[in-house]
Amino acid sequence: MSTKRRLLDRVTPVAYLSPTLLLMCILMLVPIVLVIGYSFMSNVIMTKESVFVGVANYFKVLKDPVFHEALWNTFVFTVGSVAIHMVLGMVFALLLNSKMISTFTRAFFRVIYVLPWVFTAAIIAILWRLILDPSGVLNYLLRQVGLIHQPIAWLGTTQTAMLALLLINVWAGYPFYMISMLATMQGIPDELYEAAMVDGASPWQQFWNITLPQMRPILLSLGTLDLIWTMQQFPLIWMTTGGGPIHSTEMLSTYTYKLAFNQYQFSMASTSGVVVLIISAALAVVYARTQRAGD
Amino acid sequence: MKPKKLAQKTGVMIALIAGACFAGLPVVWMVSSSFKPNTQIFAYPPHLFESDMSWTAYAAIFTDPEKVRFFLNSYLVALSVTAGTLFVGIMGAYAFSRWEFRGKRVLNTLIISVQAIPPITLLIPYFGLIVALGLYNTYWALILTYMVFTLPYAILMLTGYFNTIPRALDEAVMIDGANRFKALWQVIVPVSIPGLVSVAIYTFMQAWNEFLFALTLTKTNNMRTVPIGIQLLMGQHNYEWNQMMAMSILGCLPVLILFLFFQRYFIGGMTAGAVKN
Repeated sequence: MSTKRRLLDRVTPVAYLSPTLLLMCILMLVPIVLVIGYSFMSNVIMTKESVFVGVANYFKVLKDPVFHEALWNTFVFTVGSVAIHMVLGMVFALLLNSKMISTFTRAFFRVIYVLPWVFTAAIIAILWRLILDPSGVLNYLLRQVGLIHQPIAWLGTTQTAMLALLLINVWAGYPFYMISMLATMQGIPDELYEAAMVDGASPWQQFWNITLPQMRPILLSLGTLDLIWTMQQFPLIWMTTGGGPIHSTEMLSTYTYKLAFNQYQFSMASTSGVVVLIISAALAVVYARTQRAGD
Repeated sequence: MKPKKLAQKTGVMIALIAGACFAGLPVVWMVSSSFKPNTQIFAYPPHLFESDMSWTAYAAIFTDPEKVRFFLNSYLVALSVTAGTLFVGIMGAYAFSRWEFRGKRVLNTLIISVQAIPPITLLIPYFGLIVALGLYNTYWALILTYMVFTLPYAILMLTGYFNTIPRALDEAVMIDGANRFKALWQVIVPVSIPGLVSVAIYTFMQAWNEFLFALTLTKTNNMRTVPIGIQLLMGQHNYEWNQMMAMSILGCLPVLILFLFFQRYFIGGMTAGAVKN
């Protein structure tokens, strides 16, 4: 009886987990093993006889000037987005958390501030293409106030495309920060602020010495998660600039996608994909560390 | 003291309104453009209201079977993924929550780390894999793929939730003669509704918004989802801007409605996802 019971105790959890394990093995584990394997082969999928070529593909990718550009652009786009997201999210959360406004005002503005978040990347991309068009409304407004004299194709000019992309991604991404930060701010005990006010601390001092330290763990978590997500961003870039003009907004994601599905260089694409995987994994380790530090 | 307070309050209000312009004006412009005739989209000077605004763009979408199909596909896929992820996730989370077994820690770590895997890396072998499985250009390809992406969060979130439910509850039901499976579905699941709602909303949104795999794993227009449908509209020679904007508004409605009705769960779910491991 007891051995039967013990056996049952070992088999049952596996049975409950089996649908998860099956899905994860076939659709997650297998592709990862395959993609790593592809990166060491001469061109796969398109040719029948592909051979093991060692790290040759890695040398080829790492020497490709377009890859360098993609790496640099991804860095600029990711770090820029995360930094602005964090500042803007914080400013908006502080505004919404202000004691000066009524509950109704707060609820009203919160819904407006959250709006960008209900749109998927494809929708955000076309909305901003409409707004940033040379004959679009932003160019009109900027000309009316005299900031520019000629309409600018913000997404179609090498000097401005990255800036435009950053603007779009900032608009798309700050609500996630804002809501998480607001929830954390509301959890900071009032007594801390009351004690600080008794000591005569200014609002600025209260922010630096109470709010910010209390929010350190969530800022770290949000920042690292956003680094991972932004680095992998594809649809927003694909549907606005497609990586152009002349690679000025080429990112690792668009570079990899084009290698695979425009040039059918699946081995090279796999290699570039593995590079993205390695960077993500490194960031994920940092994320796991911040989690443990926060406990 | 009084005038200083007034000045502060005015300052906060001005900042709030400025922020609201940044957040909301693009959306206002989207709504306005969806009611304009396509010839007036880039009218100079631009107006928020044109004299001949109408529902034409919306009517054009609702009377085009191909575009209606994008929406039906999106609803079908997103709802199936939500149901599937909830079912599989509940079972998996129950195992994590109620048993100690060999490899549990490793498995748990693996499931967490899966969330950091870049979709673009998976995509290259994925295409061949889906073709080999005979799922290319089917709903199953999208449903199973999205389940793989949403299951880790579901399992982590629900394991945490189930851990807060005393084991004594399962045992009490089992003494009454029910087996574990029944105990899970008839007792544990009903008391976990808030956790399940958070997971359901998260899962639905992920499936509703996904772009890269929907683009690659489907081929014919009758299998396309809304995000891809919007991209297809953009690929045409004449941009039907008003229709694209109308489609965008229709495309965000389910998420907007979910948000307005379940704000509490959204915030709980989002922060849990960001803060807990």
